[in-house]
This record gives sequence, C-alpha cells and structure tokens, in this order.
Amino acid sequence: MITIIDYGTGNLESVKNALNRLDAEYILTSDHEAIRGSDRVLLPGVGEACMAMEKLRERGLVEVIRNLAQPVLGICIGLQLLCSHSEESNTECIGIFENKVKKFMSDTLKIPHMGWNDIYELRTPLFKGVDEHSYVYYVHSYAAEKNENTIAVTDYGIEYSGALHKNNFYGVQFHPEKSSVIGEKILKNFLEL
Amino acid sequence: MLAKRIIPCLDIKDGQTVKGINFLELQNVGDPVEMGKRYAEEGADELVYLDISATLEGRKTFAELVKRIAENINIPFTVGGGISTVEDAGRLLLAGADKVTVNSAAVRNPQLISDIATRYGSQFVVVAIDAKKIDGKWTVTTHGGKRPTERELFTWAQEAQDRGAGEILFTSMDHDGTKNGYPCDTFAELSQMLSIPVVASGGAGNIDHIAEVLTDGKADAALAASIFHYGEIRINDLKQALADQNISVRL
Repeated sequence: MITIIDYGTGNLESVKNALNRLDAEYILTSDHEAIRGSDRVLLPGVGEACMAMEKLRERGLVEVIRNLAQPVLGICIGLQLLCSHSEESNTECIGIFENKVKKFMSDTLKIPHMGWNDIYELRTPLFKGVDEHSYVYYVHSYAAEKNENTIAVTDYGIEYSGALHKNNFYGVQFHPEKSSVIGEKILKNFLEL
Repeated sequence: MLAKRIIPCLDIKDGQTVKGINFLELQNVGDPVEMGKRYAEEGADELVYLDISATLEGRKTFAELVKRIAENINIPFTVGGGISTVEDAGRLLLAGADKVTVNSAAVRNPQLISDIATRYGSQFVVVAIDAKKIDGKWTVTTHGGKRPTERELFTWAQEAQDRGAGEILFTSMDHDGTKNGYPCDTFAELSQMLSIPVVASGGAGNIDHIAEVLTDGKADAALAASIFHYGEIRINDLKQALADQNISVRL
C-alpha cells in the first residue's frame, strides 16, 4: 500500500489520477500510524514552503517523515521540503537532503520555470530505463542546488537538482504525474524500488 | 533546455469536440478524451479545452468532462470558456485542470485575475487576449473580435502579469483563421516586455509559420486547432520539422 501524505496543501487529484492509471493502490492520509505502516510514501504538494512546513508541523508530521525507513518520494514542493532550507520565506525545512533551495534569478529567463525541460546525469534505479535528456514537466520558481545527492540535473540558466536521493529518500522537482510516459516510468520505478 | 511547446486546442460543445469554419457550421468530430489522448501520444506538450456551450446543461457536461480528461490524460491541460468567478475556476481545479484561461470576464473585471492567482497560484491562471489593430493601435476585443474595448494589448498584458497571470495567450483577430501566419513583430515585442510565457494562437497555416513565431516571434508556445484537427499537420511531423530547424522541442 502507498500512502500519499495529505497535509492540506490542496489539490492532489493529478497524483491520484496518475497512480490510478498505474493501477496502484493508495490511501490519502495524515495519520501517523498509517504513514509509518505503508510500503511507499509520497509527499506531494503545491504552494508556498513556509506555509507547507507549518501544515506538516501542525499535524506532527515532520518527525514522522524524518524517521521513515521505507522509500519516500517528494514531488515538486515535496522535494523542497525534504531539503535543509528554502529561500522562500526563509524557511527551515525537514533536512533529509543537505541541499539548499534557492530562487531562480535571471534577467532574461522567464520565471516560473514552466514547461518541458530535459534531465541528464541520471542515477539510481528511479531512472531505470529513462534515457539521458528525456523531457519532464516543471512548474516552479525555486530549485535545489546541485550536490552529491543530485541524481538528475536540469539546466535552466543554472544547473540545479531535477531529482535528489539519500538513503530511502527521493525527491523530484518536476511533475512525474504530468510528464507523459516518461513520468509514468519514473513513478513505476519508484513503486518497484 | 526548456522546450518550446506545441498545444492543440479543442472546442467543446455539450461534451463533444466540435470544429467548424465558423460557429454556424459545427461538426461533431469525436470524443474529447480520445482525441486528447491521441494528441498526447503524437507528442502534444499540453492540451487546451475550450467550452463553447451556450447552455447551463452544456456547462455542467463540461465540468464532468474535465474530470474524465484528468483521469485519462498524462500531460498538463488547460480549460477555458465561461469562467467568470473564482468559484468557477476552483471547481475546474478540483476536477483536475492544471490551468484555466480567462478572457472576456477578466477584461470586465480585472480583479478576477488577482483573485484566482492569490487563491490558486499564478501557474493556474492563463489570460487570453484577443486583439486587433484599429487605427494603428492593438485594441483588445471581446466576443470573438466583434467588440472593441478601451484596452490596449501591451498595457493590458502588463496589467495581467502584474495581477498574477502565469501566462498570456495572445490571438491576433486580424490573423486568426487566415492561415497566413502570425504577426511576429508584435509577438516578439510582447514576449520581450513580459516576464511570463507567451503562447501564440491564431493564424498558423503551415509549419514555417509556427517555426517563425517560436523564433522571430519569441513565443514560448504555439497553440492551434484546425491544422491539427483536419490532419493537415501531424504533431510529430511538426515537432520533427521544428527540431530540424534547431528549435528546442520535446521529441
């Protein structure tokens, strides 16, 4: 069973729909025991980092997430929350990944970074069967720096972490649930880790 | 590198995809979900579904359709047509839409853009602008180009961005339906002025027109309806041709 952590940041329909298309069974919950007891945990979310952290804290979920031992996948802001710090409202995050999350700065590039961008230097079984420079769908204004946790790189003015990995924790900045067959492949890989 | 996007647009009436030279000769061309799936498989980067139903019943059917699209389509999609309140937008978000477009309602009530952006985020609001040149000035119009407004294209686009629009979808009513290409100078000026993406719509007759608006016109995406529906241009052929011209696309 997969758990999608429901912490009140709004619309989780697209993640649910993507799991349905893969015939994966899941529950949506903020219940600590249910989360601890599931095989896979997804941390999706939309919105602003500080408010999202506040919502996790209110539900006592920060410690629960930190101590999970099964595969965990943060999606979009979920990845950012698993990092150490976000420039968005100067927010201390969960701190699984040492990476810092910074705002895109550019005079020439359009922000948010929105649309299909390629990913490369792919590592770990999360990207098994995914070709270098495959395209995935992004919508974001903040991005995690590159470091040894980086398992996919994206270049948008600067090179940043398209995906991160440490121990049982994974994060993707892009939206696999909106990234066509490549996204489905990545989600499927996560379910088979 | 960020890819230029190719976006087929489907007009929906009473839950069915329709096409026609004008609104009087609409033909039913098939199930919107099946057509969307086929476009996605052919390499469409996003889809736009526009509700042109005139009745309440038709609008209700559309909301149900949006749910079915979200369940079945694995790429982002935008919905529009008849959105005039934050609640309208919210219902479509809950049904699974990734973005909504607002057009006439935003011209009447610009606060709508701010309200949707504040409630659901800028990435959720696309402002569609229909404009044509009247006495040398790009004038914003409503009702399919029939009603000129007091607004001017560039100042309106800037205001939409300042109010939180995530994207501008600009159609030149002087070019729409002509198949003679886009006003690339105007697109370039608009795109350079704004910090949000510009989607080009209306006027494409062939692959070169689309290539021009994505290069000279500096548009971030091209939207088209009839050239895809009539099978004149297949999306995968179009994207291959763009790639051959060194335009960054997702193949």
